[in-house]
Amino acid sequence: MRIEVAGENALIIYFAEETSPTVSVQIQQAALGLEQALGDKLVDLIPSYASLLVIYDALSCDHLWVGACIRGVLGTVQDPNTLTPTPLPQKERGFKTQTPSPPLPMEAPFLSKRPGERGPGGEGVEKTIELPVWYSPESGPDLESLANNAGLTPEEVIAIHQSSAYRVYAIGFAPGFAYLGQVDERIAAPRLASPRLKVPRGAVAIADRQTAVYPDVSPGGWNLIGLCPTRMFDPQATPTMPVSVGDSVRFKAIERDEFLALGGELP
Amino acid sequence: MMKVIQPGVMALLQDGGRFGQHRIGLTTGGPLDRDAFQWANRLCGNEVNATAIEISIGGLVLEAQLDTQIALAGADMTLKINKQAVNGWTTHAVKAGQRIELGYAQHGCRAYLAVAGGFTVEPTFGSSATVVREKLGGLAGAALANGDVLPCPGGQQTPLMTLVAKHRPRYEKAVTLRVIPGYQQQHFTPAQQALFFSSSYTVSDQCDRMGYRLEGQAVQAGISGMLSEGICFGAIQIPANGQPIVLLNDRQTIGGYPKIGSVLSLDIAKLTQLLPGGEIHFQAISMAEAHNALHLADWRWRTTSLTPL
Repeated sequence: MRIEVAGENALIIYFAEETSPTVSVQIQQAALGLEQALGDKLVDLIPSYASLLVIYDALSCDHLWVGACIRGVLGTVQDPNTLTPTPLPQKERGFKTQTPSPPLPMEAPFLSKRPGERGPGGEGVEKTIELPVWYSPESGPDLESLANNAGLTPEEVIAIHQSSAYRVYAIGFAPGFAYLGQVDERIAAPRLASPRLKVPRGAVAIADRQTAVYPDVSPGGWNLIGLCPTRMFDPQATPTMPVSVGDSVRFKAIERDEFLALGGELP
Repeated sequence: MMKVIQPGVMALLQDGGRFGQHRIGLTTGGPLDRDAFQWANRLCGNEVNATAIEISIGGLVLEAQLDTQIALAGADMTLKINKQAVNGWTTHAVKAGQRIELGYAQHGCRAYLAVAGGFTVEPTFGSSATVVREKLGGLAGAALANGDVLPCPGGQQTPLMTLVAKHRPRYEKAVTLRVIPGYQQQHFTPAQQALFFSSSYTVSDQCDRMGYRLEGQAVQAGISGMLSEGICFGAIQIPANGQPIVLLNDRQTIGGYPKIGSVLSLDIAKLTQLLPGGEIHFQAISMAEAHNALHLADWRWRTTSLTPL
């Protein structure tokens, strides 16, 4: 574990060189602990794959004090070797059920809620969310090329994409954009050489070993394999996002009719 | 209320920014020149982070629909009320039906128009800051357009004030930005760091509220294939082409390019007041120096007074 300066009011904690469910759980624990330790001096936290950015109020405290708080909190974060991570279903183990992941030993929500506001997931406990996907060449223009490059049929790509549960490692890039990992290596695919100027809302996409649902129309270079009718970000809704960091996501194939019936919009 | 007759190049409603929402991927928004923004509000007797209009380049025309007071601070766009040129950095009374017209700046490119009581738009996620990329804040998440109606309370009668010239910032065409080295700084060799801190960069055409891309001496990071991580305000990304990008108010919240450090927030306005072609040098400072600078600036802000007209 390493703490580096990020800016005048920000320190970044690097937990590991690589990401894993265990590292992700540690980051969440540290985030919860820091929220309590820093109190109103905390401005915001950005958890990601293997790091946690801690932004604080530099006029009411300093990096030495925040660094000491971080070291104190990290001392209480469980050692990765003794920690039981949120069980991620492993194909090899034939894990097929959709029981919710057991909650972490912490009850507190991820970040203290402002008055009258709920967490992005509506609670602070990790959950499993199932997202319907209409997989097809029509809804996923890169499905066939991805399958070709992988030496698979589109049906195999679709089956493999659905066969794992994915952890929400980070939320960023755009409102509600959840980075999900890890994608089975057989269907991992590099970003497009030339990004699209317009990826439709709901596009289900793969880049390297990550997968995601585009929450809104945006430019993007990920490989599109389908469309999801579920709104990933709705500023008017409570909660605004169906997932938060630490949750598990599974994908389930649906047909075009069902996609439309669930409110999906054709791009 | 104020009616937008013409929005000019770009005009956005901004408050202090949207904080504490990075966990759902929201950026902060907020004024590119916080100092000028806060002075405009102070001149109108407002809370310092009240909602005001950020005008880039110039050309905004409004029509007041009630009697109120306004102030313009920042770049030196000419300000006309009812066709009479009046001073910036000064409170002015405006009557219902009068037009407020802004020209184009000679020095700097961002100015802030505040109104007594602030513009009263409904906050989204706790803030009225317009982030066009996210379609959030302001009026329906968009820049001001012809015919928009901006609610404001009016009726306030605070004494007319001015900020005397010696306290106003000067917007130069060549600036030095203080940088706190950090993030992947240790992955840049001492020679690459020396190149970065001794070279001159210019602002490219690609400069917006998300970030300013600079052109000049390429700097190479000895690292690639990084995991994406949280990006703080002012972070300096060095992508593979070696040309720095300073990330600003509307930055993406996470990203995977190496970063050499972050620009001190107090110097961001020097950068964001530059147009393409503006010249930049970077100067490394320690965390302790940054801390001192922030407290000194805070002390100056609290001890500098406006002067009654």
